[in-house]
Amino acid sequence: MKIIACIKQVPDSEAKVKAENGQVSWGESPLVINPFDEYAVEGALQLKEANSGTVTALCIGPESAKEALKHALAMGADEAILVSDSTLTNLDTQGAARVLAAAINKIGGADIVTFGRQTLDDGSGLTAAQTARVLGWPMLGLVGHMEVKDGSVKVARIIEEGRQIVSAKLPVVMSIVQSIGEPRYPSFMGIRKASKANIPVWSLSDLGISALAPFVTRGELITPPSHEVVCEIIKGDSPEQIAETLADKILAEKVL
Amino acid sequence: MKTFVYIDHFKGEVQPASWEALGVAKSFGSASAIIFGTGLDALVKTALEYGADEVLVADNSALVDYRVEAFASTLSALASSRTPDLILFPTTARTRELAAMSAMDLNTGVLVDLTGLSLNGDKLIATRPIYEGKLNETVVCSGKPIIATLRARAFPRPAQDKSKSGTATKVEAKTDSLTTVEGYEVAEAVVSVSDAGVVVSGGRGVSNNPSLTPPAGMDEKQAEVWRAQQGFKLIGELATVLGGAVGASRAAVDGGYIPYAHQVGQTGKVVAPDLYIACGISGAIQHIVGIRAAKLVIAINKDAEAPIFKVARYGVVGDLFTFVPALTEAFKKKLGK
Repeated sequence: MKIIACIKQVPDSEAKVKAENGQVSWGESPLVINPFDEYAVEGALQLKEANSGTVTALCIGPESAKEALKHALAMGADEAILVSDSTLTNLDTQGAARVLAAAINKIGGADIVTFGRQTLDDGSGLTAAQTARVLGWPMLGLVGHMEVKDGSVKVARIIEEGRQIVSAKLPVVMSIVQSIGEPRYPSFMGIRKASKANIPVWSLSDLGISALAPFVTRGELITPPSHEVVCEIIKGDSPEQIAETLADKILAEKVL
Repeated sequence: MKTFVYIDHFKGEVQPASWEALGVAKSFGSASAIIFGTGLDALVKTALEYGADEVLVADNSALVDYRVEAFASTLSALASSRTPDLILFPTTARTRELAAMSAMDLNTGVLVDLTGLSLNGDKLIATRPIYEGKLNETVVCSGKPIIATLRARAFPRPAQDKSKSGTATKVEAKTDSLTTVEGYEVAEAVVSVSDAGVVVSGGRGVSNNPSLTPPAGMDEKQAEVWRAQQGFKLIGELATVLGGAVGASRAAVDGGYIPYAHQVGQTGKVVAPDLYIACGISGAIQHIVGIRAAKLVIAINKDAEAPIFKVARYGVVGDLFTFVPALTEAFKKKLGK
């Protein structure tokens, strides 16, 4: 079974992200594999373990995004491919989906392509469904559990209202969420293997497609008002007395 | 401006942010509500009550269960023939996929999870949070129609005029689904922390009540979950008195104390209540980013150094197991319940 895990590299969640000269800046904070995409890799590895096969990690990004791919390799992916091209600076999700679909085809297709639920930076959560649409494959979103049998996959989708059980014939695209289980830590052997890995870099011309003009573009960056507030600690002689005071304060804020 | 508003529902239960989107659409011009599924007359009437100029229903048994391929094809075909300027959705897990696929069909872009949308002349000004709300950006879509999803509770709910009624216009359904829905395992109660005006949340601290003795025969983990569930009962009682929903931190969900649908934060739901009460939640960054849009945050924690106090307007340092019931009683009295 051939599995492709699509990942992205993003600034770490702890990074102090701010607007600087109209650009997003995150200072010296490290770039990491998008935390949601670790579930995509974990899910791919679980599929491989249950059904045998190979896992390819696929990423669009600059040369430095190889570090995110190395994380996937260290977790246990068999190979990694980076799509990098100087014309890809203004990619929107629709463009990313077309690039990923072309790369998936160049790899030779797959039985299952996994994504994370969304990225930490842009947070759109559109690319998986858009890639499925380009490929013409079924989209199984928010998968928390899966089983492959006789060329089909049955999944539990973790939805607002509970779980929806859905099946589809392979090949499929799925987005994977945390119910699948915590992403495994890279092993020592995995890290060594990843550090030596040769990661091919494909350009758009390698994929046989040309640069894509985005439909969605950023106007300006706005710094939201600071969220830090001065906390007033409510004190009193007994829980009942503190509760009285706090309830009065809340009622005075007119939020109820 | 001519706008389609997709009414997102699960078995007839509407995501209320759909009505908020309808209000935005009306303020721009004409609004057509789009509803997929069968037997939804009550929903049609509600859409009219919230101000829809017309209701377009793809009434087909193939669209009873959400399956994104058929839903996207139906919507795309409808938009191709009726050429709206704008298609609005409430932001939900379903609509992210549906908007995404429809945009591919219609060769346009999606402005996702907007917290601001206004019309300036014939130009739409759209704002959305990025980097977990650390920044906002304005975004422009050069395609047509413009597709946008609106964050729950970021826009006002329009007034409901119960006297309105009318009939729906039936439109063609596409049934090109690639998946089979085998069934549901539905949660006991639908939790909608995203839409709630008040959210009372519990964290890992909810399992730490030393004065409880778990029933005999439980191992350590079972005892911990049992303790936590007793704690969440207290939180549920406070939520009920305030007419709110129960939320949870990731630690509480990972601990198996409460289902994932309750989870607030980066890997759960972003919430925007008027009042957020965090009980026994330390305030990891992943939780804080999920509650940025809350108007008033209250923290109850026995650790005075917990980071949650940095984002709270009022705090109580103490034992939640004695304090939360006391607060519930205080509100019962003051709210006359």
